[in-house]
Amino acid sequence: MSKQTGILKVIHAVADLSADPAPDESLFGSGALDSFTLPDLVTGLEQEFKIRIPDSDLVPERFDSVAKIEAYLDERAG
Amino acid sequence: MPYLRSFGCALPAERVGNEALAARTGMAAAEIAEKTGIRERRYAAEGVTVADLGLAAASDCLANAGLTAQDVGLILFATGTGEQSFPGPASELAARLGLASTPAIDLPIASAGSLVGIALANDLAPRYGNILVVASEIMSRRISDADPDTAVLFGDGAGACVVSRDEGFARIVDSALYTDGNSAGSLYLPCSGTLQMNGLAVILHASRKLPRAIGDLLSKHGVLPAEIGVYLMHQANGNLLRKVASTLKVPEERVFSNIERYGNTSSASLLIAAAEWRSSGAQPAAGPIVLAAFGAGFHWGVVLAELP
Repeated sequence: MSKQTGILKVIHAVADLSADPAPDESLFGSGALDSFTLPDLVTGLEQEFKIRIPDSDLVPERFDSVAKIEAYLDERAG
Repeated sequence: MPYLRSFGCALPAERVGNEALAARTGMAAAEIAEKTGIRERRYAAEGVTVADLGLAAASDCLANAGLTAQDVGLILFATGTGEQSFPGPASELAARLGLASTPAIDLPIASAGSLVGIALANDLAPRYGNILVVASEIMSRRISDADPDTAVLFGDGAGACVVSRDEGFARIVDSALYTDGNSAGSLYLPCSGTLQMNGLAVILHASRKLPRAIGDLLSKHGVLPAEIGVYLMHQANGNLLRKVASTLKVPEERVFSNIERYGNTSSASLLIAAAEWRSSGAQPAAGPIVLAAFGAGFHWGVVLAELP
């Protein structure tokens, strides 16, 4: 099952958005995420997907779009 | 068991408000305040050096301790903005204090440098007696108006702390230091050039590593975050201070903050904050003290001290 539903749930919880961002839309470029909501997004993903994201994976670019977040989560699951 | 004995600080007279930064950088004054929690910062006058500010802070700190320079067994001087690659300002400071043989060691560590100095002083005080930890920064000469996100954050200043083997107002219980160099490129100052910072990466790591380090040290000693009387932290950004408080589930008021008036003075900020907290008479009636800092390297750490 696609992880996008869970990812979008977390994004809406930390960012003030009126609509879902497109899968490839830059969350930083659009202003949906900034340096102070990014940590909340990472924590939210950990809780939503019941994972622990290690410090070595704390690279902002991994979390810049729904598609990139999904690819990261798939990579971890694989 | 070593003690925190006194703090001191020195701030340049020139105040630079957000309107002035807005005119230089193009970032609106209101946006600067909202993003950083900073209203103004101090800039050193032309010709003033890192050692000048460090000497003023050291003198203030020694006076507050009731000590003279002759009582100091070791100097640890943190800065990331020294005017030359070597020697650093530690030896000049020692000479200007009238010390010709007392060891004076540079800690070229920005942001967390003063915290590292206090942690090292805690371990070295049994040998050296009174250790003078100084941190001084002139950030205003190392920023570029072409990089507004970074330029609006920083100010100049110096702080100092005496760690004594035998007496002080708070006993140092323990400390913990950490380094993770995998993100060293996220925050650095080249030998020639201006400060380079990936704010997204820095805040992401700081907001997770710092609360974790504090929690681990407190847990080791059976202390809950809510039992801490005051958190004295590197004043990196007002929003980061609030985030750390939120993660630790402690009231924001428990985290001392003066970033509104001085901005981020890198390694000096922890000691400037500590000096203002100590002189304000706002000591908690009871409850341990936490000092914590995170910065370039990444280096970060925590010191736990308890009041008698």
